[in-house]
Amino acid sequence: MAATVTPEAVEKTVTEALPQFGVDESQITRDATFEELDVDSLDLAELSQIIEDEYGVQLKGDDVGKIKTVGDAIDLVVSRAG
Amino acid sequence: MNREIVVTGVGAVTPLGVGARTLYERWRAGESGIQDGKGAATEFEPTEHLTVKEVRRADRFSQFAMVASDEALAEAGWKDELPYEADRVATLIGTGIGGIGTLEAQHKMLLEKGPKAVSPLSIPLLMGNAASAAVSMRHGLRGHSFATLSACAAGAHAIGTAARMIQTGDADAVVTGGSEAALTPLATAAFAALDALSDKGVSRPFDAQRDGFVMGEGAAVLVLEDGDRARERGATILARLAGYGASSDSYHLTAPEKDGGGAIEAMTQALRDAGYGPQDVVYVNAHGTSTPLNDRAETIAIKKVLGDKVPVSSLKSAIGHLLGAAGAVEAVATILAMRDRIAPPTLNYEHPEEGLDLDYVPNEARTLDINGKKAVALSNAFGFGGHNAVLCLEVA
Repeated sequence: MAATVTPEAVEKTVTEALPQFGVDESQITRDATFEELDVDSLDLAELSQIIEDEYGVQLKGDDVGKIKTVGDAIDLVVSRAG
Repeated sequence: MNREIVVTGVGAVTPLGVGARTLYERWRAGESGIQDGKGAATEFEPTEHLTVKEVRRADRFSQFAMVASDEALAEAGWKDELPYEADRVATLIGTGIGGIGTLEAQHKMLLEKGPKAVSPLSIPLLMGNAASAAVSMRHGLRGHSFATLSACAAGAHAIGTAARMIQTGDADAVVTGGSEAALTPLATAAFAALDALSDKGVSRPFDAQRDGFVMGEGAAVLVLEDGDRARERGATILARLAGYGASSDSYHLTAPEKDGGGAIEAMTQALRDAGYGPQDVVYVNAHGTSTPLNDRAETIAIKKVLGDKVPVSSLKSAIGHLLGAAGAVEAVATILAMRDRIAPPTLNYEHPEEGLDLDYVPNEARTLDINGKKAVALSNAFGFGGHNAVLCLEVA
């Protein structure tokens, strides 16, 4: 059963996931770009998997290419679920 | 060999600890890295050497190689800047199996949680070339880069092939070696099913009571350079890779030829390549697995090529069998031993077997009395599939 998708819930998921990839937790804000955080395509593939597992929302190919910031990712997941 | 190949840096992670000198000095002192029937690299803590991201992006076998490469490059004086154009430096790290720990963990995920739970990092971590990739990226090496896969000969094949790359002009230097991290449930069960492992969990090469090998894990990395270029830049030269020989038994998937045929050919080639005769060899670092078949066939081969007087010992008595890393780890230990003019010991040797009557340097290291001669040694590596690779190492 997928969790309820709220911006707060998704933000929490993303904020908890990124440090596992080696991202400094204090650098994570909605405006931070994945490039600044040294989050690359492999990290995003892992993040997509976590999000799909939690919310049942798939982020694939083009989607991942479009998101630049942490906020973009959260907004995309929320809009997809809606 | 026409272009001279020299070794300017070595590094290792083994069951005897982190560091090439640690390995050699503990072996020389008769210490064993085998506990509870396996040679685990228990002193290796990845996060002491690598960032969280680096650890996540590398299977254990790649982590070993990265840390060993840091040590080797630092010794070569490459830490701050490469002494060659980056595209003239190759990377070649051998492995027997690759990232089998990753493979097993992800297969478990697949069976238990389904395909969507399988990590996107699975393939990049488990592929056999992952250690070479990690080492080349870590140090900005942009020349030829791939892996050798030849079971327990992979590390020696990598080093020999690396030398050829320099000799043919494809590289000025190569960061090379071998790595293995296969102390996993599947690999252990599979070797046990072959009846290849010691039931007693004791590595006793050449002893009459030997009953199989003990699995180990780790890596070794060497920096090889063109001799002239290395001297031009004022590098400290640890050793020369004087010769290399390789052959195939073309006989059996796992058993060596009983009369040592393929091993004889590889040892003979290595000597010929170096331009040395049997009388020049002062020490043999044997493949010496502690299996009934290898140790008998290898003894026959050594006698045939070098006679029965040369001291022979097996590092596997102290750390177990590091599979695809073995040839590289043993080459590193041999270089350091030859610098000290020491034949390190074959541990756990107690009971002679008829026909196995070489000087196995039982249980205690011995000073080689070579009267100012160069220390010329052979380091043997033989693998499942009948692959044989032999290095001739020389220390002035």
